[in-house]
Amino acid sequence: MPIQRRQFVAALGAGAIASTAGCSSLGGGESEAAGVSGETLTLTTTTSTYDTGLLDAIHTDFEEMYGVTVDAVAQGTGAALESARNGDSDVVMVHARGLEDEFMRNGYGVNRRDLMFNDFVIIGPESDPAGIQGMGSATEALTAIADAEAQFVSRGDNSGTHTKELNLWEAAGTDPGGDWYQETGSGMGEALNIANQQGAYTLSDRGTFISQRSEIDLTILVQGPIEGGPEILANPYGIMAVNPGVHDNANYDLAMAYIGWITSPGVQSSISEYQVNGEQLFFPEAVSEDPDFQQYVPEGWSSDSSDE
Amino acid sequence: MPLEPVVPLLPEVLGGPTHHHLPLLLDLSFREGYVRSIIYVSLYVSLTAVALSTLFSVPVAILVGFSEFPGKQFVKSVVNTGMGFPSVVVGLLVLFAVSNQGPLGSLDLVFTREAMIMSQFVLATPPITAITLAAVSGVDDGVRDAARALGGTRLDVALVVLKEARYGIATAILAGFGRAVSEVGSVLIVGGNITGADGISKTRTLTTAIQLEARQGQYETAMVLGAVLVALVLTVNAVVVHFGDEGVAG
Repeated sequence: MPIQRRQFVAALGAGAIASTAGCSSLGGGESEAAGVSGETLTLTTTTSTYDTGLLDAIHTDFEEMYGVTVDAVAQGTGAALESARNGDSDVVMVHARGLEDEFMRNGYGVNRRDLMFNDFVIIGPESDPAGIQGMGSATEALTAIADAEAQFVSRGDNSGTHTKELNLWEAAGTDPGGDWYQETGSGMGEALNIANQQGAYTLSDRGTFISQRSEIDLTILVQGPIEGGPEILANPYGIMAVNPGVHDNANYDLAMAYIGWITSPGVQSSISEYQVNGEQLFFPEAVSEDPDFQQYVPEGWSSDSSDE
Repeated sequence: MPLEPVVPLLPEVLGGPTHHHLPLLLDLSFREGYVRSIIYVSLYVSLTAVALSTLFSVPVAILVGFSEFPGKQFVKSVVNTGMGFPSVVVGLLVLFAVSNQGPLGSLDLVFTREAMIMSQFVLATPPITAITLAAVSGVDDGVRDAARALGGTRLDVALVVLKEARYGIATAILAGFGRAVSEVGSVLIVGGNITGADGISKTRTLTTAIQLEARQGQYETAMVLGAVLVALVLTVNAVVVHFGDEGVAG
């Protein structure tokens, strides 16, 4: 009896396998075993992650692991979120928490994770006409620049860095304007070059500044939190999948695979090992013994507040 | 496809020197195959767009040139205005069309070469139409009358006019190619300037590569790529002029 039962179970198992095999060969004729192989993941992201070369350095690993292609489109935070809003990308990696929260609240993004951070620094000429060198407060430094009417170059492009700059001016209680304040509408690298040519101040993410430092004469005058500067200059990057409930053509499976991969311990350590000119550009923060719940929800949200 | 013979040749002419000679002058940190792949994408997109545009524009120009109808001047004005249409605006319109939310959204064309071909088609069509129209209209009426007097059908007359106007039409096609290959606004928006992690371009053209280098403040590298672009346009023009002359000799 036990033998008979075992045979029956075995027969049942074999039948189940055979029928599953039949199903998969009938139903998934063109798809590979993994189901995602050969697909393309469209990532819209900021110029700072792309132009520093980080994504090219790590993406090969993901592409080989899943047999897929990652199309990274570097657009600046505002445009990257807009592409995702239109359903033209599958996953977004940006650095402006306020805009990310708005994106999630409007239902376009799901499954946000903190990814990594670096910081912003205030850059300027060595001569430092506004005398801000070594100031411990970013807002005081900006106020000093405004008071001295020293040249300041703004990105003016709705990027994460531009958003941060505007927040800083607001926090400083100053409304920048006048001949000394120029909106360039350009990428960070171009803005640094323009500031360099004019001996102007500007706000830069540390990564882009490091990768370009050898070509310009500007120097860091106010440090960010990585070098002990004020916390207000922190530059955290987040990653979100496009909500498949809003855009049914979004490649949600692959987007989640990507988010899982990039927040994994192995890739997080690849991010911390990535260097330009001998300096680390990004500091991973996805892997933690004590995860920050605020990463999953809009900032300041709490379950017992009627926040919505 | 006119691409097949051109593309394998060009990396020898252009990609070769960029890889082997220029790094001695400038520190170009491009990976093997990168410059070749962006030249390939530039040529693939612009030549395809210009070929499609030529197939559309030349018959339209001949039709308009050969017929008299009320509003002909207005049509000409519209076409001439199209020559000055900003590429950024064309890019936005094509993006609106191919974006997931747009009328062609289901085709999944955003950030692809096909979308770039669409926008360059829109950009190249007005100059090709307008210059072809001018060339066809410029053919001496006597030639037309002679062809007709010799008992030629409408088609015969058209072929005679085409032959007379061939230099003008070649100029039209080259002008369209020049407009397509040198524009940066629309391909950046609809193509996304994508290069794979392996350093091989998917939708990055020479112009968007130049824009990327400029954004990063790498002006010297941008200039080198600009020189490659100029050399490329020069080569295409030389090839067309060469075959044009051969055609006359034969």
